[in-house]
Amino acid sequence: MGLLGDPTRRAIFELLARRPASVQELADQLPISRPAVSQHLRVLKDGGLVVSRAEGTRRIYQLNPDGVGALRTWLDGVWGDALAGFHKAAEAAASELDRDSGVNQEDS
Amino acid sequence: MTATEPIPPIAGTVTVGVPMEQAFGLFTGEFTAWWPHRYHIGQADVAEVILEPHEGGRWYERGVDGSECDWGRVLVWGPPHRLVFTWQINGSWQFDPDPEHASEIEVLFTEEGPGQTTVAVEHRHFDRLIGGQGVYEAIRGGGGWPLLLQGYAKTVANAQ
Repeated sequence: MGLLGDPTRRAIFELLARRPASVQELADQLPISRPAVSQHLRVLKDGGLVVSRAEGTRRIYQLNPDGVGALRTWLDGVWGDALAGFHKAAEAAASELDRDSGVNQEDS
Repeated sequence: MTATEPIPPIAGTVTVGVPMEQAFGLFTGEFTAWWPHRYHIGQADVAEVILEPHEGGRWYERGVDGSECDWGRVLVWGPPHRLVFTWQINGSWQFDPDPEHASEIEVLFTEEGPGQTTVAVEHRHFDRLIGGQGVYEAIRGGGGWPLLLQGYAKTVANAQ
C-alpha cells in the first residue's frame, strides 16, 4: 500500500496511466518540482509499477506493461482506504451505541 | 510478455468496537457510508453504493444522475460471519457478467470479545479477473483504465 499510499505518487501513477511522459511533462502537470517528480518516479520504478526508456535525449516513463501488478497494487490501496473508512464508520456507530445505552453522557 | 503468474491475494484486517451483527450490518448494509466514493466506475459521481443482501444480489453504484453500474454479485450471504462477493470489473473498467472472469472478495467477521469484532477481507483470483490482455492493453494503449484513473485523478485534485 505504501507505493501508492502517497497522494503525489498516486497522481503520477495516474498521469502515466493516461500516457507515457517525461519528468518535465509530469512536473508541468503537478504542483511539485522536477527533482521531487524524479524522486517519486524512482520509488515507483523500484516498486515495479513504472518502467522507463530512453527516447533521444529524454527519458520517457510509463506504467509497467505487466499491468497485473499495477492493478493489484492499486486495489491494495483501494482496500486500505476502504477499511479505514469502514473503521471510521464503525467507530461512529459504536459511539452511537454508547450514547443510546447511556454509557457516554457527553452527548448534547 | 510471459503468461501471467498467479497474483497474490490482497488481505486486510480491521478491528472495530461493535458487536459482530452490527459490524456485518454496517459492512453490507451501509456501503455508501464507508466506501470511499472516489473509487467507482460510473460517469456520474456516486450517490449510493449498494450490496443486495442475499445470494445472487447485485453490488453496484448508483450515480447522482440515477445511472447504475454493476460491480459484482453476492456469492455467499452468511450473516453475521461470512460474506463472499465478486468484483467483476474487467481491464476496460466495464462490468464483465461472465462469472469465470470474476475476482472474489471474502469477508470474515470474528467476535474478539464483547463488542469487538475483527473484519478480515481477502480479495483474490485477480488472474481470473484480468484473464486475457485487458489490463495490459488498457495500460499500454489507453482506454477504460486510463479513463477511470483520469476521473479519479481529477477527484483527488479537487479534494486537495
